[in-house]
Amino acid sequence: MVQNTNFQSNPQLQTFLSGRQLLVGDIPFSHEEVQQHFENGYVQYREGLVLQNSKYKCNRCGNSESHFFGEFPCVRCGQKCHYCRKCIMMGRVSSCSSLVCWCGPPKDLPATSQPLEWQGTLSEGQQHASDQLVEAVNLHQDLLVWAVCGAGKTEVLFAGIGTALSKGKRVCLATPRTDVVLELTPRLRKVFPDISVASLYGGSDDRHQFAALTIATTHQLLRFYQAFDMMIVDEVDAFPYTADESLQFAVQQARKKQSSLIFLTATPNEKWQRQCRSGKRSYVTIPARFHRHPLSLPKFVWCGNWKSKLEKKRLPENVLQWARSRIQNQKQALIFFPNIRLMEKTISLFRTIDPKIETVHAEDPLRKEKVQAMRNHETLILLTTTILERGVTFPNIDVAVVGAEEEIFTESALVQISGRVGRSSKYPSGNITFFHYGKSQAMIKAYKQIDHMNKEAYRKGLIDYV
Amino acid sequence: MFRGWFDCNYCLICHDRIESTLSWVDLFVPEQKEVVCYECLTKLERIEGVKCQICMRSFLKLDAYYQKGELCFDCYRWEEEPNYKGILTQNYSLYSYNQFLKELIAKYKYRGDYVLAKIFASEIEKKIKEMKPNYIIPIPLSEERIYERGFNQAEALILEAGFQSTNILTRIHSEKQSKKSRTDRIHLPQVFHTTAQVTGKVMIIDDIYTTGSTLRHAARVLKGIGANEIISITIARG
Repeated sequence: MVQNTNFQSNPQLQTFLSGRQLLVGDIPFSHEEVQQHFENGYVQYREGLVLQNSKYKCNRCGNSESHFFGEFPCVRCGQKCHYCRKCIMMGRVSSCSSLVCWCGPPKDLPATSQPLEWQGTLSEGQQHASDQLVEAVNLHQDLLVWAVCGAGKTEVLFAGIGTALSKGKRVCLATPRTDVVLELTPRLRKVFPDISVASLYGGSDDRHQFAALTIATTHQLLRFYQAFDMMIVDEVDAFPYTADESLQFAVQQARKKQSSLIFLTATPNEKWQRQCRSGKRSYVTIPARFHRHPLSLPKFVWCGNWKSKLEKKRLPENVLQWARSRIQNQKQALIFFPNIRLMEKTISLFRTIDPKIETVHAEDPLRKEKVQAMRNHETLILLTTTILERGVTFPNIDVAVVGAEEEIFTESALVQISGRVGRSSKYPSGNITFFHYGKSQAMIKAYKQIDHMNKEAYRKGLIDYV
Repeated sequence: MFRGWFDCNYCLICHDRIESTLSWVDLFVPEQKEVVCYECLTKLERIEGVKCQICMRSFLKLDAYYQKGELCFDCYRWEEEPNYKGILTQNYSLYSYNQFLKELIAKYKYRGDYVLAKIFASEIEKKIKEMKPNYIIPIPLSEERIYERGFNQAEALILEAGFQSTNILTRIHSEKQSKKSRTDRIHLPQVFHTTAQVTGKVMIIDDIYTTGSTLRHAARVLKGIGANEIISITIARG
């Protein structure tokens, strides 16, 4: 639609709708006013659902799986309406509903000459990645930052974000987990003290804030449309393959046509690794931790038919021995299990070695308390499911995986689990043992990935020995 | 014809695949498609044991003070009110209103996930066939509310169970019930209105039975236009 330049648009509506895609019911302005803006070419209505090759597709979340659509006799349009069940928790997108977007002149952000106030220094590896990132921002390019666990990814972002903000660009940092949003928000507010920062997650208050820097869960991206000049997606590897597709859709919707897209990961999936190697995806690695010691490599230990032993509430002898020796040396450890059920079967046996051994899993109501007890050194050994595979840091621990060949322990999960060890410069190494009943491809690939990173780091002079 | 057998079936609640329990009998007698997986089904709690003969409130965790013979204290008090005595003879609630059902109903009615009505369809169908009402009437929504949601959640339960919904009640008062005290609720000016006539046994459908005042107000209107006996079905007993 042609824009009527004589039309007096409402600046509040402009601020509210810029870079968004919202349902009519989510807009706190009168229908008449929104409609007026539409008639004058300032607001766009996009279909909520589209029919593609006789299949429905949700324009908000990209879902096109038929079992995620429902049908109902709609009072609004008087017809059988289809609707997307995948993103329904953000309000129902149905055949007769539209996504409302702003298409008038974009809301300007003030440019800030020196937004970054940070006195820290970067390691050599970090500095290299940081420079690449700044260049990607300047040239509106995409970049994958492949940084080992504990490399210090967040600091690497500072200069790039600062460059974007200094030019009045809008930046978004998206991550799959609310915990991470909560952890990053104060850190970024501190280093960008004069910048408006919105922190978005399910139930947060900043929902309608127009900010220069948005820190959000990836789920919240569904409310944005062509909003960001710089889009950073943290922990891309945290997504299972199927969820990856919906993430990619949300990211493409939320970024501007001309923008730079930065992915951060410690373990890119196989497809991405291939794309990196063949030159189809531009990337930069940080192969070493800031403390200049190599990553500890996992040891593979055969432990027989662990599954049948666990079912009978018994443990392979070498697993028990491994745990005993940690207790004797008073060394903290995490032991990973493929599922809650099998883990719970072993707890009574573990407690014969040490009564203070605990278990934790995703639905555990005491999850936070148990992790805290581990931090306080009240717990020596914590049995866990993959829930603790990432994000948690205990300075001096050993790690074991029981049943490492199970499907749930993907290459990326195993690299992440190994990455729990040796995080601090005081204790830069530790023991990682994969107990198995036959090695899996994922185990071998995880080993190779870690080994490869160490060799690369040595070659580049980022560590002093391998 | 063969297609249906190999179609994947997904749980309406958790979206997981439902493991098919295909037996030889199913090849000849097409079974009804399961809509909820076993794990989710076990989280829906039926109301077992001794309960109020009118509203189905369970006596299991209820202090004796709130029991009056076969009735709960609430129903007993309704029966003391001359205007409401015998107005609702029986309520049947499918499940108790636990946290799981609370979230499910919230998603159904506030998020507008219509297809969740199918979860309750076969149970409601069974009960309607057993109780044999002449009319099945949904508790109405205000015009504003129904436009917002796109459908009436009580009516959807009737339609999905395969029956005709008799939409003869309208709402003339749309203030939120939950913010009122009990006395307010009883002496509330009538919220429902109708111009129709009915006879015989009438069934009212609602999503949740909390205090019973909504159902009783509707029942009173229906009694005034010719109903002999009024019963009700709700998904949950709060």
